[in-house]
Amino acid sequence: MALTKADMAERLFEELGLNKREAKELVELFFEEIRVALENGRQVKLSGFGNFDLREKNERPGRNPKTGEEIPISARRVVTFRSGQKLKARVEAYAGSEQ
Amino acid sequence: MTKSELIEILAAKNGHLNHKDVELAVKSLLEQMSWALATGQRIEIRGFGSFSLHYRPPRIGRNPKTGDSVALAAKHVPHFKPGKELRERVNAGLAREKGLDAPTF
Repeated sequence: MALTKADMAERLFEELGLNKREAKELVELFFEEIRVALENGRQVKLSGFGNFDLREKNERPGRNPKTGEEIPISARRVVTFRSGQKLKARVEAYAGSEQ
Repeated sequence: MTKSELIEILAAKNGHLNHKDVELAVKSLLEQMSWALATGQRIEIRGFGSFSLHYRPPRIGRNPKTGDSVALAAKHVPHFKPGKELRERVNAGLAREKGLDAPTF
């Protein structure tokens, strides 16, 4: 069972009394604005949660795993997530092993 | 972009909501996400990415100052896998900056 946008909107409706349409739009826009910042090359820092950083990767040789054919993997920019101290500490305490 | 800048942007685009509600909503979303991970749940946001936990087995670490061995317990760490749309848009942003065609995947 995973947390989804629908779950998050439902909680905003329950906790803050936003109407369901507003809550749904706000959740959508929350993730969209993070994407916009990242696509414009801006790091996103959400204190208490973590940072979305951007890293540039050079072109490197790769292979088509099906055919074994060599094809270069083009230079690209990738998003990495670094969790903050607070989130790390909370997650470390999780003892289960479902994942 | 920081959390407070994100709140400003969302408030500006949601004129019908008051600023305080937008701030509470952003804090609620981050708390819901943290809580999910802290209780071993995944987070799946299509087009953005998914968060899950990765297991780290117990190991013997060292105190870098004294060189003493310390037994470190097993733990979980948060992991984020960007979704297809996010990967493509970030890459297209790079291509735009450099005046290149977006790479193919």
